[in-house]
Amino acid sequence: MTLADILASLFPEGHGVTVADGLVTGHGPLDGRTLHVVGIDGDTPLGVDGALTLSAAVLDVMRAADKAPILVAIDSDSQRMSRRDELLGLNECLAHLAKALLLADRSGHPTIGLIYGHSAAGAFIATALATRVLAALPGANPSVMDLPSVARVTKLPLEKLQQMAKSTPVFAPGLDNMVAAGAVHVVLDPERPLHAQILGLIADLPSHDVRDRLGQERGGRPVARDIAARVAGQARAG
Amino acid sequence: MPDVTDPQTLSWYEASARQRVANLLDAGTFEEFVGPAERAMSPHLPLFDLPRAFDDGIVVGRGTLGGKSVLAAAQEGRFMGGAFGEIHGAKLVGLLRAALDVKPAAVLILFDTGGVRLQEANAGETAIAETMRAITDARAAGISVIGLIGGRAGCFGGGGLIAGTCSRLAVSESGRISVSGPEVIETNKGAEEFDSRDRALVWRTMGGKHRRLTGSADAYCEDTVAAFRQAAIDLIETAPRFDLAMLEAEQGRLEARLHRFGACRDATEIWAQLGINDPDAVPAMTDAAFQEIAAGVTEASHDAR
Repeated sequence: MTLADILASLFPEGHGVTVADGLVTGHGPLDGRTLHVVGIDGDTPLGVDGALTLSAAVLDVMRAADKAPILVAIDSDSQRMSRRDELLGLNECLAHLAKALLLADRSGHPTIGLIYGHSAAGAFIATALATRVLAALPGANPSVMDLPSVARVTKLPLEKLQQMAKSTPVFAPGLDNMVAAGAVHVVLDPERPLHAQILGLIADLPSHDVRDRLGQERGGRPVARDIAARVAGQARAG
Repeated sequence: MPDVTDPQTLSWYEASARQRVANLLDAGTFEEFVGPAERAMSPHLPLFDLPRAFDDGIVVGRGTLGGKSVLAAAQEGRFMGGAFGEIHGAKLVGLLRAALDVKPAAVLILFDTGGVRLQEANAGETAIAETMRAITDARAAGISVIGLIGGRAGCFGGGGLIAGTCSRLAVSESGRISVSGPEVIETNKGAEEFDSRDRALVWRTMGGKHRRLTGSADAYCEDTVAAFRQAAIDLIETAPRFDLAMLEAEQGRLEARLHRFGACRDATEIWAQLGINDPDAVPAMTDAAFQEIAAGVTEASHDAR
């Protein structure tokens, strides 16, 4: 689905969501309340400027204190890779955006991620992965790094990696593997109105971070949940 | 080398993760969780014919610092570049989650990481997201999370984002912080965008001195474990809150930085605008001389983090 399709399905009565320089901001009516939308469209990389534009929009929502939900709609590239971005502290700007989303969620604004295209690396962590619940649409393509780049770094032949990717979700790019890792909670049905599906997610928010449980149940992260629990258990047993 | 040596002279950069944490905390107080004897090793690295480590490249546990109870995690940059794999990340997540119940004076994260371990990329990336959520949960509960950065692997990729989530950061000159590493930028955008072999450029753009002067880090240490220990003790006392007022202040701080320095091509131009008389002398400056200069830069010290 394109962003226009998504917004039409979410807001049948119309909306005030706009896209400028690949950055998505605005809101629309959702079942008698407001749904805010922030995001990235068109496979756009996220740099220092974009991160602060989006974080400003999130802080604006928080100031209203009406507990309105926030949809984080993502079709991005990775973080913008440039000398200027790193010189100006890209790590702080991306972390600031993630912190804004995490604080909004803590403050009672449900945060719902929706990945409908690509996303990778720092841009993915600072946006979709900083929400309470991350949904995806079929055809989405989240990744950490594409296989040719993994081949370069690991010095393994691309053909071997492609073969391994079929049986090993833990390193391979793609939606199915991110679902298996528990990073993506749910895949939505594009044939049904998104309006109802997003309302359903908001009504049924997990009370805590369940991603490692999902990763264990789905087999994409077989040991993370147990290891985290073991460490926490030893820490608590003072 | 034994884990405990003389922290006054022990180089943070040269030390192992175990040496750092043993000498950072009060002597003899560090107690490890899920230590090497438990053999918590990566289930994935054998697929790549890569060796494993009994601790998966991270040491987590508790101890005291200046008499106060703390939790601590130390990444080992010499194993897989300190990168986040499934177990590596889960150990940090578990430690941070326990902080809510244990209520230590602080959680210390001794960063030494290239970011996500590509052989376990999806698990590493998700663990970074879980870590950032757990840090904000701990901070909101009033627990300081202090990052210490001066290891050989630096603090790159998702490690840079985690660092940006901490309450306070201490760096040494070697403490490089960035999202895209020099090689990543060069590979994707070409050597004219970033020449990764130009080491002076790397230090100027991502190194501890630049990060301290621009307020990306709150303290600058000489490269000894003792200096990081003192910085950690001091920073716990001044950790900012995690609330809307703080984030509004950080929004203003970062917007002001882009507004003032957005057109600068090189760090030396930024340092000049910050009021440093001889910016070209900064890279070769001694730690003591640099600390004196940093103390005079108003933008370097703030509570907007």
